[in-house]
Amino acid sequence: MSTPPTTSGTRDFPKPEFTDAEAGALEFPSSNSRSYNYFTPARMRASMYEDVTVDVQPDPDRHLLQGWIYAFADGQAGYPKEWTELRSSDWHTFLDPNGEWEQTIYRNNAGAVRQVQNNLTNAKAGGAYAKWGKGWTEFVAHHVGAWMHAEHGLGMHVFIAIQRSAATNMINNAMSVNGAHKLRFAQDLALYNLDLSETIEDFDGAVHREVWQSEDVWQSVRENVERLTAIQDWAEALFATNVIFESLVGELFRSELVMQIAARNGDYTTPTIMGVGENDYSRDLSYTRALLTMLVTDETHGAHNIETLERWTERWLPVSLAAARSLQPLWSQPAERVIRFEDSLDRAKDRLRGILADLRLTEPKELVS
Amino acid sequence: MSRQSLTKAHKKITELSWEPTFATPAERYATDYKFDKSPKKDPLKQVLRSYFPMEEEKDNRVYGAMDGAIRGNMFRQVQQRWMEWQKLFLSIIPFPEISAARAMPMSIGAVPNPQIHNGLAVQMIDEVRHSTIQMNLKRLYMNHYIDPAGFDISEKAFSNCYAGTIGRQFGEGFITGDAITAANVYLTVVAETAFTNTLFVAMPSEAAANGDYLLPTVFHSVQSDESRHISNGYSILLMALADEDNRQLLERDLRYAWWNNHCVVDAAIGTFIEYGTKDRRKDRESYAEMWRRWIYDDYYRSYLIPLEKYGLVIPHDLVEEAWNRIWNKGYVHKVAQFFSTGWPVNYWRIDGMTDDDFEWFESKYPGWYNQYGKWWEAYNRLRHPNGHKPIAFEDVGYQYPQRCWTCMVPCLVREDIVCDEVDGQWRTYCSETCHWTDAVAFRPEYQGRPTPSMGRLTGKREWETMYHNWDLADIITDLGYVRDDGKTLIPQPHLDLDDPKKLWTLDDVRGLPFPSPNVTLNEMSDAEREQYIADYKVHPNRTP
Ligand SMILES: [Fe+2]
Ligand SMILES: [Fe+2]
Ligand SMILES: [Zn+2]
Repeated sequence: MSTPPTTSGTRDFPKPEFTDAEAGALEFPSSNSRSYNYFTPARMRASMYEDVTVDVQPDPDRHLLQGWIYAFADGQAGYPKEWTELRSSDWHTFLDPNGEWEQTIYRNNAGAVRQVQNNLTNAKAGGAYAKWGKGWTEFVAHHVGAWMHAEHGLGMHVFIAIQRSAATNMINNAMSVNGAHKLRFAQDLALYNLDLSETIEDFDGAVHREVWQSEDVWQSVRENVERLTAIQDWAEALFATNVIFESLVGELFRSELVMQIAARNGDYTTPTIMGVGENDYSRDLSYTRALLTMLVTDETHGAHNIETLERWTERWLPVSLAAARSLQPLWSQPAERVIRFEDSLDRAKDRLRGILADLRLTEPKELVS
Repeated sequence: MSRQSLTKAHKKITELSWEPTFATPAERYATDYKFDKSPKKDPLKQVLRSYFPMEEEKDNRVYGAMDGAIRGNMFRQVQQRWMEWQKLFLSIIPFPEISAARAMPMSIGAVPNPQIHNGLAVQMIDEVRHSTIQMNLKRLYMNHYIDPAGFDISEKAFSNCYAGTIGRQFGEGFITGDAITAANVYLTVVAETAFTNTLFVAMPSEAAANGDYLLPTVFHSVQSDESRHISNGYSILLMALADEDNRQLLERDLRYAWWNNHCVVDAAIGTFIEYGTKDRRKDRESYAEMWRRWIYDDYYRSYLIPLEKYGLVIPHDLVEEAWNRIWNKGYVHKVAQFFSTGWPVNYWRIDGMTDDDFEWFESKYPGWYNQYGKWWEAYNRLRHPNGHKPIAFEDVGYQYPQRCWTCMVPCLVREDIVCDEVDGQWRTYCSETCHWTDAVAFRPEYQGRPTPSMGRLTGKREWETMYHNWDLADIITDLGYVRDDGKTLIPQPHLDLDDPKKLWTLDDVRGLPFPSPNVTLNEMSDAEREQYIADYKVHPNRTP
């Protein structure tokens, strides 16, 4: 078989040529048509986020003429709307209130990484860990350490798993970013743990695995996390994680416990790292609420969606309440304890009650204080 | 981060995963591959603490270049011939990118290896980056290039144009069907490892030669993530090879994925590079030369052939046949000619070829003028509306082709057409391998072995069926490929914007019914069909 002649030597660069192919050089039909015209933006002008996100994942209900061209063995193709029990008159209405796209993802996460790094550098330079008592050091090694696993498991096996599943690019991208947050925060905690084991002499940097895998206080939390990863319905996984688990367990541990008591134990570093995770969560809760709000206010399917979410609440609330209660012994471990578990849990329940009320769901009896 | 601290950091983050005891992750995507006997193979080390700042830095360079291009009036020097094809290319490519992100959980679910999971998770973030950064590049073109029509309807046109559907395989193929077939073999082992070189290295150099230095900036930045993705895929491939039972599936999937990528990517990128450029210096590499270097030497010889030492049979015959189609059977030229024949149902303008182009083609592909030259002369003669019809509806010795049911590129190498009754319908295929893909590979059983997870080819795969015998003007209206005066077409068979009389309108294309070749084929008697296929194979398709 013949081969083509090979070009020898280096290629000289073609000379620039004046073409005048610039906007406005001529007037003709559509010469001023300078916005994407296949979707209706939320405001007068489409945002950058809308421009780079909307309709990139096609939909036979919108412009997809020939339908999906590959199917799974069972005949389902593309992004089946049946992959959740929730229903929408138009899934494409949802826009991520955080407007996440390439630039925001890297700015925010690089910023978070820098913030964590700076805090750690300053803490080390200032000898901040010297003030830690033995009990607190152990608390950080065991329990702050154990928490990294929860974040990682949810990131990898809830959020990254379900970003293949939803009906639109807007929903899937928001869940991808949520997954990236969780994995990054899990790694932030792991590398913090590594830093501590290199700085504090008697810091046990390995014990967190054992604590997570088998210490009693953590087993209901681990069970909850593992069961969340096993949910088939992507919206149920999203709801049960970001609304129920995060309110009752995630925020309870990160905000109500660690951030409240660390300073009292001479630790000013751990709260700044937890704070970065809390900040991620507030963004992630915000898109989750926006999506669920759209679904419960859907003129056609709102009632069905409320009924479904109530059913899911019944299923997942007891699981997360049990997980929260199993953490109770942690409230009495640190030397300096000034907060009561019941007060912390009440605040977590209050927040959850608020979210459920905003979503028009009936207040579950378990949340009545 | 120093190398030493990166190694330590990486070791630490491997502690994050654990063996679940209460419940295991939902199984959403089935595969017939087995990994339980595989020793773990790990990809490149990836830690998010260094990943995010590194990517942010890369982004800053891209955005700096974008500002610079606008301030430097780049568009006074870009070639319209080139930019018009970007309306097609940049409408397609963000979907494959985002599909690659969506494919990651399919591999994660199939492969029990937390190290690979981490690598795939980072790849997911990369792919969201690629999709949105490319959409942003297109938006910049729409805002600053002389003719925004076609950019403005981008994702809709991608969804309803025959060319978008061809491109959509390179995307849907990543996310549907057997999880490993799709997300590993088709996406990574073939698409990323073999074909991103032509996409993201060859394309940019051609863009630069046509005055567009933004596409190179964005696509080189995208390509710099690719070695990590290739490493993820290779680790999975090595794990799959550890189990003898996977070989048969791997061999099937390599044949399918290689051939489909060739059909789709070489059709598109070959056309952009050969027919979208104004650079006709004789020392410019042809697409065939680039292919020989990037795909034949770098991929086939350096990546695929070494897999033989693991006992894998690799598709030598199909690599040679892909080359044969490109070098001896005029595959790229025939695709470009087909795109241009079909110009009224495109959403970009196609510049005709001139004497300078003829000379270059003849020097790079001897015999080119004899087969295609006169047709391009006819294309030029018919470029302005002058009472005649678009070239596809005039007799220039070109018979509109049957479409390949599998790859959806028409059966342009006419002597290779295969016609068969599959699933109760007469279908045509561009090649033996595309026939095999539909009739044999995408089935619940393969060589006597159950393959319950294998995907299916589905959808309304012949675009022309959607509009069988509609009036061409109505088709274009339905597609939405009309400019904002309500009558001038977005597509044009030339680049002349200076005189409205040179622009085709709906009135110029009215009264022309557009039949579906596949519907017509299925209406034939057995004897008629046999005769038709025999004639099809020998039709010279040469303009007298
Ligand atoms: Fe990519
Ligand atoms: Fe990639
Ligand atoms: Zn084909």
